[in-house]
Amino acid sequence: MKLTKTFDKALWVFHLNSGSCNACDIEIVAAITPRYDAERFGIKLVGSPRHADVLLFTGPVTKKMKERVLRVYEQTPDPKVVMVVGNCGSTTGVFYDSYAVEGPIDTLLPDDAHILYVNGCPTRPENIINGVKEAWLYLEKLRGDDK
Amino acid sequence: MIEMSEEDTTYQVPIGPIHPALKEPFMINFKLDGETIVDADPHPGMNHRGIEFMGMHRNPLKVIPLSERICGICSIVHQHMYTTAVEHAAGIEPTNRARYIRTIMCELERVHSHVLWAGVAAHEIGFDTHLHFTWKIREKVMDLLEYISGNRVNYSMWTVGGVRRDIPESMHPKIEETLTYYEELYQKLEDIFLGDPSIRLRTKNIGILTKKEALELCGVGPTVRASGVKKDVRIDQPYAAYGDLDLDYVIPSRYGYENTGDVFSKTLVRLKEVVQSIGLIRQCVDQMPDEDIDSEPKKAVLLNKLKKAEGEGIGRIEAPRGEAIHYARLKEGVEELDCWKIRASTYNNLTTYAPMFMGEQIADIPIIAACIDPCIGCMDRAEIVDVSTGKSKSYSHDELHKLSVEKTKKLLEGSL
Ligand code: SF4
Repeated sequence: MKLTKTFDKALWVFHLNSGSCNACDIEIVAAITPRYDAERFGIKLVGSPRHADVLLFTGPVTKKMKERVLRVYEQTPDPKVVMVVGNCGSTTGVFYDSYAVEGPIDTLLPDDAHILYVNGCPTRPENIINGVKEAWLYLEKLRGDDK
Repeated sequence: MIEMSEEDTTYQVPIGPIHPALKEPFMINFKLDGETIVDADPHPGMNHRGIEFMGMHRNPLKVIPLSERICGICSIVHQHMYTTAVEHAAGIEPTNRARYIRTIMCELERVHSHVLWAGVAAHEIGFDTHLHFTWKIREKVMDLLEYISGNRVNYSMWTVGGVRRDIPESMHPKIEETLTYYEELYQKLEDIFLGDPSIRLRTKNIGILTKKEALELCGVGPTVRASGVKKDVRIDQPYAAYGDLDLDYVIPSRYGYENTGDVFSKTLVRLKEVVQSIGLIRQCVDQMPDEDIDSEPKKAVLLNKLKKAEGEGIGRIEAPRGEAIHYARLKEGVEELDCWKIRASTYNNLTTYAPMFMGEQIADIPIIAACIDPCIGCMDRAEIVDVSTGKSKSYSHDELHKLSVEKTKKLLEGSL
């Protein structure tokens, strides 16, 4: 799918917590506050998945959240990138042997989902900003030779 | 569950479990009569990860990093309770220096948690400039925590019998610098959150919890201290080094305010606790004894000791959100924990939602939900079902937030 020019520099991000420990979520908020100020790059946290280009995903996906996580993924318009923030999102991390964990997320999403991983437990705000930049480059590539 | 009858003309508003800003998945079912809330029914369990189960399948030292990942904002709190419970069960004493270092870290976490809360509260009533201001000044204590422990969140400082990192004398100037920074800024925080007339309009007499209700519902922490209940584990049952320090209950009447238990007094208590924490950290730095930081540096020996131990232990703490407890049991000859039980402060405080929401408006939901400083709290998706017609309407977090901001504007116009 080709993207329009409007994607340049204005990524809208929806944050979705599927049962994380909150640390990565706090760092995501820290990333948009004055010290790191991700908004100067046009990155904005939005309140609805229907407005988003990037899904910022944290947590190992608990049983109760699984269905809701998939619903939010479907509600996000294409083309979209899923950015998994933190180790517990990408591998279930410290929660690996729990009965209540259904993740990691990449085993639940469709095969053609575009997923980026940001590591760290918790990750740092600088790393999150770097991750969003990677997502932006990725979407640019999808835009192809449209330039 | 809230019952619905045929003649009922109230609305049902389930709120949650996905929230766009921060916090964990959680759901509250509201029952509304027009704009007024008549019932609130919390549904926890969305964030259930089976932590206790996992802890009972690992050796006691491996559980420490797991225990701090119960909640990232309270990571020190859970580490502390878990290690003290195991120490209690196995009869191991931490060194005195470790007690002081633990106290300093606990108080630093209280500063960061309360400043963070102030920002969230300001955001909920539509003052995003204050959100950015408080989060900007919060970075200073995050820097200090990183300087001491090596990480911004989830510090892994604790171990059974002591701590893993020292606070040597060379670190004291940096600690002092951070404390002075907060002291200088404190008046500004108070001017904003206690002095600003528009913030007062949104917080005074909103979400009231009377002293009687607070006692009956067994609320904990700043939530009930704001109603005048003298309850603080640091004083009632001193742990770590609190027994040696000079501190008193932070309740509004100590500062010439009434113990009303509304959002305003909860803000007041939290801000005053920041000052208290600064004083406590100073006392600790001055009194810290010269000793080892860990009573058993050889981890293999320690594990062996824990394997041979038999007994039960309890760890209590006054977390930034109130009292919390861990219980642990060790069995002789078994490496893993035999039993581990956690009771965090938000679980107690959830029950106080019911009287606080009662009779308030939809626009006040965000600030009242935030005022107990929940470790959970979701306003993303709210659906309103009109019982008389069967029609439904959805409120997103944004709409709820907008309602809240509009109320502030209306109040401002009325008061000008
Ligand atoms: S990656 Fe680690 S710090 Fe981040 S949410 Fe998961 S458990 Fe918490």
